[in-house]
Amino acid sequence: MSRMGKARVRVPERAARGEIVEIRTMVDHPHESGFRHDDMGRPIPRHIVESFTCSYNGREIFRARLHPAVSTNPYFMFYAVATETGELVFTWTDDQGGVATQTAKIEVT
Amino acid sequence: MRSLDITKKGIHDIHGILDIHFASRRRALSALAVGACLLVVRPATATPDELIVALRETFGERPIRPGKVKLDLPRLAESGNVVPVTVSVDSPMTERDYVKSIHLFAEKNNLPRIFEVQLGPYNGKAVVSSRVRLAITQQVLAVAVLGDDTLWSAAAEIEVTVSSCG
Repeated sequence: MSRMGKARVRVPERAARGEIVEIRTMVDHPHESGFRHDDMGRPIPRHIVESFTCSYNGREIFRARLHPAVSTNPYFMFYAVATETGELVFTWTDDQGGVATQTAKIEVT
Repeated sequence: MRSLDITKKGIHDIHGILDIHFASRRRALSALAVGACLLVVRPATATPDELIVALRETFGERPIRPGKVKLDLPRLAESGNVVPVTVSVDSPMTERDYVKSIHLFAEKNNLPRIFEVQLGPYNGKAVVSSRVRLAITQQVLAVAVLGDDTLWSAAAEIEVTVSSCG
């Protein structure tokens, strides 16, 4: 049903406590706007990633609501303060119930 | 007063915008035969009025002041399909003074909203980057909501050579 594909994230493996780290994320997804037509002139139905969240040891630290104007394979870069060793969980949800998740560990010293 | 200018300019340009609508509908009808990527049901672009409606729905009548926000996007994009954008807000991101959310709008896309992100002191920096679709040459508007609920903004003009179908 859903073409929610592979999700990729880049988080530093190690950071000093209090350091601000850069987080890059991308999910393979058509993110079809619903405004395009195929070669026969038929409308291509909308199929978009609606939300993307990142939690750090259970606490949500980033939430995005996406509209059709985000490009195919939605990409987000943001920052987080490295407070403690743990896990970041990334979740993408699309408008057809498709869900993709990815995790990354960070060691904070 | 750039953020206010965008809406005023939009209202003054409304006749030009409507001309674009009619032209694109004619093109869309002829393009059906060749199956080109053009818009048929909806007009090619939102009117600046739709941007104003989206801003009112999101922020009510609260004033949106220019400042504190930096919007980085290319001046010229060969393709409107994948336009890199970075929004940075000048904020210490402390418990007392932080950015709650960043909202990005396209003046003349089919739908003016692009994305909204929620942030907090745990982000350390109020910066977000993404890649977006811009239908045609237009202004892009970034609005930041601070912890004290004040609204700050930046606008940037981008020239799009090949329209996105988004």
